[in-house]
Amino acid sequence: MSHTAQHEENHGTGEIKKVTIILSVLTIVELILGFWMIGITSEALRLAIKGSIIILMMAKAFYIVAYFMHLKHELKNLIMTIVVPLGLFVWFIGAFLIDGNSFRNLRNTYDPYFKERSTIKVEQKAHGEHGAAGHGAEASHGAAADTTAHAKDTVSVENKH
Amino acid sequence: MSTATVDTTKSWSGGKSPFNVEYGKLMMWYFLMSDAFTFGAFLISYGTIRFSTNGWPDPNVVFKSFPFAPEGANAPLVFVSVMTFILIVSSVTMVLAVKAGQEMDKKSVVKYMIWTIIGGIAFLSCQAWEWNHLHHEGAWWGRNPFINADGTASSTNFTNYFFTITGFHGFHVFTGVVINIIMLIMTLLDKFEQRGHYLMIEKAGLYWHFVDLVWVFVFTCFYLV
Repeated sequence: MSHTAQHEENHGTGEIKKVTIILSVLTIVELILGFWMIGITSEALRLAIKGSIIILMMAKAFYIVAYFMHLKHELKNLIMTIVVPLGLFVWFIGAFLIDGNSFRNLRNTYDPYFKERSTIKVEQKAHGEHGAAGHGAEASHGAAADTTAHAKDTVSVENKH
Repeated sequence: MSTATVDTTKSWSGGKSPFNVEYGKLMMWYFLMSDAFTFGAFLISYGTIRFSTNGWPDPNVVFKSFPFAPEGANAPLVFVSVMTFILIVSSVTMVLAVKAGQEMDKKSVVKYMIWTIIGGIAFLSCQAWEWNHLHHEGAWWGRNPFINADGTASSTNFTNYFFTITGFHGFHVFTGVVINIIMLIMTLLDKFEQRGHYLMIEKAGLYWHFVDLVWVFVFTCFYLV
């Protein structure tokens, strides 16, 4: 029963309430930033907002792991065997995103087709046309056939009426 | 399994578990760590492709509808906020179930497990609706009806990553719901009362929180940034 007593003082209802409120507030702030970003065209400001959203995301992840999964209440040895390997993500994310960015720069420099294609504007196909218009070739695919049939149905149903 | 007083300095001197945690729970942690690498690899791959592409569809244009919305409704972020809050709330009820289990309070465990299961099913229903909606818009693996935010032609990378990653997450939610239902049945059958502890609820709880944790990342990477 000493086990129960220990847990009670470690993470009671108060802590659960506190963390719930923190998580909700962080999510609401994220959503406010997301809504705010819709109308913003400045690339630098957009990047700053995206950075803030990612920091808030990390904060949420910390609260879930530390308090909801009780990792904070485990022994330091256990915390370290979980957190240290996950530290590899720092290299993992950095290396791969920089690699992707570099690949884009290389293609923009040396691949004229790639560069040109990213400057040609296209029209968004109106809702309902997509199935029949560009993807007839994929109609053999079950799911694709559904959409195609759906688009054609709309036409035929109108004819019947 | 655990003692009230923990001497952290002598954990490795033998005679007791250096982690002071039950075997199954420790292994659940390591499983979740490996699962985190799987999801991490997916999301980093998505990030790499996005960084290597000049244009990308605007999530606020793609995800702008909700169930029973009038035709042409423009409500970005609304439906996904609902999904996010459903998952957060079901995580909270799971913590409460774990806490009730530690207090050997069977009635509360049952109550909170039912709420958690309802939350999980609600989330899955939302996701099913969204997938169905996008499919009707013409989006699927290998098909992308959306154009980039700057008005240029988009590639199928966008839909491929979206369906693969949210699908893999949805599969985890589904598994979590199944595990939670099994835990609920075991609780109702008094299995844990006989064992004298509700450690299985704690392990299922770890998995469920992990699913919520992954959604925090998926939600941010696909819908917000």
